[in-house]
Amino acid sequence: MKKTATCLAVALSLALPSLAAQASPADDLKAFQNYFKKRFPDTPFDDFVNGVYAIDKGSREQWEAIEEFPPYEIDIEKGEKLWNMKFKNGKNFASCFGEDVGAIKPRYPHWDAKEGIVRTLEEDINACLKGNGEKPFKYKKGKIAQLSAYIAYKARGKTIDVKIPEDDPKALAAYEAGKHFFYAKRGQLNLSCADCHVYNAGNKIRADILSPALGHVSHFPVYRSKWGGLGTLHRRYGGCNKQVRAKPFKAQSKQYKQLEYFHTYMSNGLKFNGPGARK
Amino acid sequence: MTIKNRLIATAASALVLGAMLGLAPAAVTADESSAVDAGKKLAFNRKKGNCLACHQIAGGKLAGNIGPPLVAMKARFPDKAKLRAQIFDPRKANPNTVMPPFGPHAILSDKEIDQIVEFIYTL
Repeated sequence: MKKTATCLAVALSLALPSLAAQASPADDLKAFQNYFKKRFPDTPFDDFVNGVYAIDKGSREQWEAIEEFPPYEIDIEKGEKLWNMKFKNGKNFASCFGEDVGAIKPRYPHWDAKEGIVRTLEEDINACLKGNGEKPFKYKKGKIAQLSAYIAYKARGKTIDVKIPEDDPKALAAYEAGKHFFYAKRGQLNLSCADCHVYNAGNKIRADILSPALGHVSHFPVYRSKWGGLGTLHRRYGGCNKQVRAKPFKAQSKQYKQLEYFHTYMSNGLKFNGPGARK
Repeated sequence: MTIKNRLIATAASALVLGAMLGLAPAAVTADESSAVDAGKKLAFNRKKGNCLACHQIAGGKLAGNIGPPLVAMKARFPDKAKLRAQIFDPRKANPNTVMPPFGPHAILSDKEIDQIVEFIYTL
């Protein structure tokens, strides 16, 4: 019996080499996080959520000064007002998301097995509006970012724990698509996300320091000094694509949602700390 | 003004004008020096070579450090054509390079690459 089982196992592993060779998301996660721990040995793991400020002392001091009067404070207040506003039909966002605001952000992004898609927070904010006969928000800045900022703020300190359901090959495919996007070169400048944020994390591009991809998404939506305001993760994805002279995808497109799925999963174990302030 | 003084003044002006026009004896031809100047402008232009994004270059400020500093270029590339090839398509030497393929992706024209090569070769 044992001999038959062994033969079968050998036969299977020979017949299905791709299955045997494919790293699981958990393997990817370990390799990814270990890479950054090695590259920045003086940075405590939890601190990666602070981006370049976790790896560069000079800019950290400037950033801490900014955080004394956070530029996103007013946006959080506006976000709270949006959260509490009543729709024309008498319902509100709590009708869609539940009353516990702090419990919302840690649920995203997640795999929707029924629809076979990745679901993001911003997408569900608009689904709630549309489902209640209200006009949806635009996806990159303004009200969507303010409400997202309030929801992020209430989830500060909660652990990032994106799940890739093992029993759903479509979920794994979405994760793999996001991973491929992250590592693929694109644009006239022929750069991948990884080129800057993995292989050159901590290096300088002109006078800017390239942030490590570990902890990248924890602090979104983000107040960027460059924007003079708040923006969502997909706004930044579009900007980054434009910077390498690639045609950006639309906010909440399948490509960016899959990227967010992979990108957030890679920060599993870190704590949400949004909204954040960045250069 | 006396004739003597007028002659001296004219000679002096001619010398100044001549110096301004670069007619003083020099090691490079006028064509080469204009290519070097043009190349430097292109190298430092963010929309063109944008070399300072990744490379330290003498005369450039706030340079990145993703690539090696551009010094001793003649020693590193005794064959100028190899330097041109590296700028044209750096993927040939390193398929995983983050340096953009300036030629194949039409980031720079052939003439612009030539001019940048002239400049980089002086470093």
